[in-house]
Amino acid sequence: MADNVDDDSLYTIKEGDYVVLRRGDVFKAVQIQPKKKVIFEKQWFFLDNAVGQLYSTTFELASGGILQPRKPKDPESSTDTKGAGTDNRNIQDDGKSQKLTRDDIETLKEQGLKGQEIIQQLIDNSSTFKDKTEYAQDKYIKKKKKKYENIVTILKPSCRILAMMYHGREPGKICHLRYDTLAQMLTLANIHANSKVLVFETCAGLVLGSVMERMGGFGSVIQMYPGGGPVRAGVESFGFPAHFHDTLHEFPICHLNALIAGTLDTTAKDPSADLKESDMAAEVKTEAEVKTEAEQKGSPEEQSMETNSGADGSLVPKKEEEEEEKRREAKAQEKKVKQEEKRKKLAAAASLLEGRNADGLVIASRFNPCPVLMALLKFLSPSRPFVVYSQYKECLIECYTKLKEQGGTVNLKLTDYWLRHYQVLPNRTHPVLLMSGGGGYLLSGTTVAAERSKPAASRRDEEPAPKRQKVTETEG
Amino acid sequence: MSFVEYSDCIQDGDVAIVYLGHESMTPVKVKRGAQTQTRYGVIRHSTDLIGQRYGSKVTCSKGGWVYVLHPTPELWTVNLPHRTQILYTTDIATITMMLELKPGSVVCESEPQLLKLHIIVSVSPVFILPVCVCVSGTGSGSLSHAILRTIAPTGHLHTVEFHQQRSEKVLEEFKEHRVDHLVTVRNQDACKDGFGVTGVADAVFLDIPSPWEAVKHAKAAMKKHGGRVCSFSPCIEQVQKTCEAFSDQGFEEINSIEVLLRVHDVRTVYLPLPDFGPDPSVQIQPDSTITPPQNHASIAVKTTIPPRDVQGHTGYLTFATKPRT
Repeated sequence: MADNVDDDSLYTIKEGDYVVLRRGDVFKAVQIQPKKKVIFEKQWFFLDNAVGQLYSTTFELASGGILQPRKPKDPESSTDTKGAGTDNRNIQDDGKSQKLTRDDIETLKEQGLKGQEIIQQLIDNSSTFKDKTEYAQDKYIKKKKKKYENIVTILKPSCRILAMMYHGREPGKICHLRYDTLAQMLTLANIHANSKVLVFETCAGLVLGSVMERMGGFGSVIQMYPGGGPVRAGVESFGFPAHFHDTLHEFPICHLNALIAGTLDTTAKDPSADLKESDMAAEVKTEAEVKTEAEQKGSPEEQSMETNSGADGSLVPKKEEEEEEKRREAKAQEKKVKQEEKRKKLAAAASLLEGRNADGLVIASRFNPCPVLMALLKFLSPSRPFVVYSQYKECLIECYTKLKEQGGTVNLKLTDYWLRHYQVLPNRTHPVLLMSGGGGYLLSGTTVAAERSKPAASRRDEEPAPKRQKVTETEG
Repeated sequence: MSFVEYSDCIQDGDVAIVYLGHESMTPVKVKRGAQTQTRYGVIRHSTDLIGQRYGSKVTCSKGGWVYVLHPTPELWTVNLPHRTQILYTTDIATITMMLELKPGSVVCESEPQLLKLHIIVSVSPVFILPVCVCVSGTGSGSLSHAILRTIAPTGHLHTVEFHQQRSEKVLEEFKEHRVDHLVTVRNQDACKDGFGVTGVADAVFLDIPSPWEAVKHAKAAMKKHGGRVCSFSPCIEQVQKTCEAFSDQGFEEINSIEVLLRVHDVRTVYLPLPDFGPDPSVQIQPDSTITPPQNHASIAVKTTIPPRDVQGHTGYLTFATKPRT
């Protein structure tokens, strides 16, 4: 095991890797591709120099968009501050304290001055800097660093990082699911290796990818998807090893009713389709070969046509017709092969679902959750958890009510989460000023054996009956 | 049954969770011939439990019924016998994600000197980055069970308990819960001897009164490639000292947060309508058999109400990343 621990290959950035760029609190997921320009935080650069470096390396952005690994920081020699003031009573905030103009700063940038050096220039040219308190100076330097330090860190993707990225960058794409709410979902649904989990999400694949990460390539995940095809851009960003994708299945919800009714037909239309498939693949190849052959033949034929001007005039269009037809056939075969693949995938997903013995259900989408939940709960074994996310509480109240009427679930809980960040500095510790207003709501519960008839004693699981108000009747 | 893998039917020796009703559950050790008393009557293990499917309804002797649920770390957290103050699901979930735990993780856990259980989950790296988590202080095992569930099947947990009887008790529980193959219990002192391992942890969890003293131990226990660390402290002064220690030891991305659970109880409330007297604009037809609406009507509103008291604070979670050393 010690060898594996020392093996750097797992921690080295490679071409084609999916990584996350970080600058301060801003993240962006990209793929390392050679000579490809990347924009991040108003900067253009190439990631070529990152290949071969270790993950979590911080790079400096040199001119020309080249990344250079940052040299280890010199402790405390960063900025030179000569003394400080005690309070701000005499400091005028008139916008005139900085002597350098925007153009001056641009010039410095063009001269190739590093971020650190620009900040030093700003400090030296500020008339009020020395009067600021130490804390105010600290804050000023931090602010300038954020603006002028041209650094970027390259991280290995993880659920934590991607969830924070999506929430900060494109919350609309993930139904405003805050990362801590996602953390709760994964735990409440008891996502773990070797289970069978159903996922219905329209969060760009973030939720699906997070579930897959927690399953570690063991067990199976079935993505139920609306529309024509599953959206999985987020899953790519996780950079899972290839074998993880073997555990991932998909099933279109437009076939859900058929599946529930038992009328879904996933058999091959063409009885010899299975046998033909490998032939088809070979045929497709042969067709392509024939195509190129025909094309190659075409030119000398055409040449001979030219020389034998009128003699075989009729052969030319015929040859082209034949080629056209061969191309059409090749395409049709390709289509058949793809359809066959699709059918097989559908059959595989259907057989996983038919047993109605899934171990967990996670729903997080822009769709009204109630019908989705009611339909998909059918596929869970008894005594298994489910979690539904919604941006809106009312939808989950509806789900709760329906579930109570229907029976078959216990421990229903409607929750949301309060998240607060703290700034921790000596004598300056306090919660951060800006706080998340909300991270969405969760409804969680556990399935139990379904009742055939409505139980008389179901009252036990309900909330206490509300007190009836005594109303005095008016006269007449 | 095991806490890290589902099974369908109840067997002799399982630990099951009996659901009695709203907010009422109890853990039960299933044993052939044994009986469990509930307020709905007696449950006879041999006939009512063994061989039945998890999730089934069980009718007790008095005629009342209960459900029998498969155990999960979350159900265990709300039902386990408290030997110490425990971590609840909300914090556990946040810690799990922020420490990037997943199958194959190696974790070291350390907890208050009183509850020494060092859980070092070591993992044989299989496909991806082996994640090693160090947790110091298992206490009653609430977080430990959740970690085991997340790192299984390729993880291993080494736990160290300062208190001898507690260490024995905890090992017993791990055996009953069929997770003992993933964990090793050792009886030693975390603060003095660190975590007992060096260079193997991907993540460290500290839940001790003086976490700043353990930061250098945490660093030593972690892999040279780097990893994640978390410290859980109820007091802000502890947080300040710990952040300083993290910074001194070269940790980066130091971040302190707090997560709180808010429960919404769904209720139908009946709001009476006020009586403003007879409405003069309504013309009453002499022959009309329609009587004006009664003024003691109520509107039923489906809404949620917050519980009266909620947990307002558990502790601050401070996370940091150890860079490559």
